[in-house]
Amino acid sequence: MMRFKIVTSPHVLQNTSVGQVMRRVLYAMIPGVAALIGFFGWGVLVNLVLATAVALLAETVMLAVRGRRLALHLSDFSAVVTAWLLAVALPPLAPWWLTTLGVMAAIVVAKHLYGGLGYNPFNPAMVGYVVLLTSFPREMSAWLIPHGLYQPQALTFLETLRTIFSGEWPARFALDALTGATPLDALRTQIGLGLTVAEIRNSPVFGFVAGQGWEWAALGFLAGGLWLVYTRTADWRIPTGMLGGLAVIATVFYLIDPQHYAPPWFHVWSGAALFGAFFIATDPVTASTTPYGRLIYGVGVGILVYIIRGFGGYPDGVAFAVLLMNIAAPSIDLCTQPRVFGARRG
Amino acid sequence: MNDTGYLKILKDGVWTQNTGFVALLGLCPLLAVSNSVVNGLGLGLATLLVLLISNVAVSLIRNLVRPEVRIPVFVLVIACVVTAVELAMHAFLPRLYTVLGIFIPLIVTNCCVIGRAEAFAFKHRVAKSAVDGIATGLGFMLALVLLGALREVVGQGTLFGQADLLFGEFGKGLTLHLVDDYRGFLLAILPPGAFIGLGCLIALKNVIDSRVQRRAIAQSTTVLLEAKS
Repeated sequence: MMRFKIVTSPHVLQNTSVGQVMRRVLYAMIPGVAALIGFFGWGVLVNLVLATAVALLAETVMLAVRGRRLALHLSDFSAVVTAWLLAVALPPLAPWWLTTLGVMAAIVVAKHLYGGLGYNPFNPAMVGYVVLLTSFPREMSAWLIPHGLYQPQALTFLETLRTIFSGEWPARFALDALTGATPLDALRTQIGLGLTVAEIRNSPVFGFVAGQGWEWAALGFLAGGLWLVYTRTADWRIPTGMLGGLAVIATVFYLIDPQHYAPPWFHVWSGAALFGAFFIATDPVTASTTPYGRLIYGVGVGILVYIIRGFGGYPDGVAFAVLLMNIAAPSIDLCTQPRVFGARRG
Repeated sequence: MNDTGYLKILKDGVWTQNTGFVALLGLCPLLAVSNSVVNGLGLGLATLLVLLISNVAVSLIRNLVRPEVRIPVFVLVIACVVTAVELAMHAFLPRLYTVLGIFIPLIVTNCCVIGRAEAFAFKHRVAKSAVDGIATGLGFMLALVLLGALREVVGQGTLFGQADLLFGEFGKGLTLHLVDDYRGFLLAILPPGAFIGLGCLIALKNVIDSRVQRRAIAQSTTVLLEAKS
């Protein structure tokens, strides 16, 4: 008699380690980061390097304090991913202490005090970002104007370094000549002043779809994100849910009053929406884990982003939306447990 | 139960059974008012006074009140004491009274007050109840002042800021500016800072306790070993 070996699913295993997944996320960020460097200068690169260094240092110290194996946990690249996600969200000329503080909050408080990788209920990079945003609103809103807009010449590498580490602006520029409102910020203030969306979109801050310069970075992140989905590193349900939720609610408001609510394509392409949908909301630790749950989680993030942008106190709301849905993720998982084949419904 | 020593009552109230760090009672005022040392000290003193008077009063009437109706009686006693303390603060420290606002009348809802009345004062002599009230109050004040100091130093870079609210003219000289030209770290002043700060302080207390315990075990084993040899 023939005997079959009986094992439960999954039957086809993909042999990917945590380090491989994290490295893929880093590769996928390269196009978007390159676009950011192209439009906002060396500051983006300095922030990335500084954040990575601080993150690795903080990770090493915390692992040593907690008595974990250094080589194993440092080689999983999770600290580098956190550092990059946070650094990309910071203004390009953020002072060094701002970046350092944000990364410390992310790695020490949000990651290791909650038990390290896999145990953190909140996305560490977004915790770091929100800590900085609530504590230092002035520094966090000092975004540069993308190149080729009002700026005659870009800052040189040395000028960038000096600005970041000494806090002194280069003498040949006034502060106002370099920094300006982000597209979402401009939209928000000018709607508050009574202008219509069509009038606002004539301003040179805006490009084809969203902000000039910004839209190319968003395109880069979209390309990287699609590759992540293609390689199954990120589940398609979360970005689809998030962008879909954002687009649907934006369409509803746009159809009601196109004078005062920006079109859905502007919302999807602006701010951190595309970056957040593929790189932040898809964090496997803090997002929902069931298939339906991931869809609900994504839609929740998308709707919250729109509510915070349109009716909240901040121009963009991806970080807050992700953290709020992080709290909800365990309950969503509980309600959307997949039914085992043959088990009773309900 | 009646043979607990005064020293143990004191140690329990301030450290071992600290309201803020161990029992986690009265968290609402602890988290809301601890944004500076002076606010914490002000509310701590008020709570200490309420605890002392309510514990003494409850202990005095413990043989007259039937146990079935003890809770409403406790509530009445505590409400009277809080009202008296509130009026006194309004009269003598009007500016601190305005800063602390609703949290002074809310001492009446602080669970540690009724908790001590139920768990201790109703079963013990007046003197012991008074000591317990002072000890618990001191413990709560310790939590408030430590958390207040932590949040004030991190959030504003000062210590004893606005001390004139509590000590009058003399207090103005008490304010310490630890860092010149400090930008302020708003998170520590905001509510999340209270939760994070309290978590850190509880962790610190647990570390100290486990160190002390380990040392005690190590000592007792060496004593045993010496006795054997």
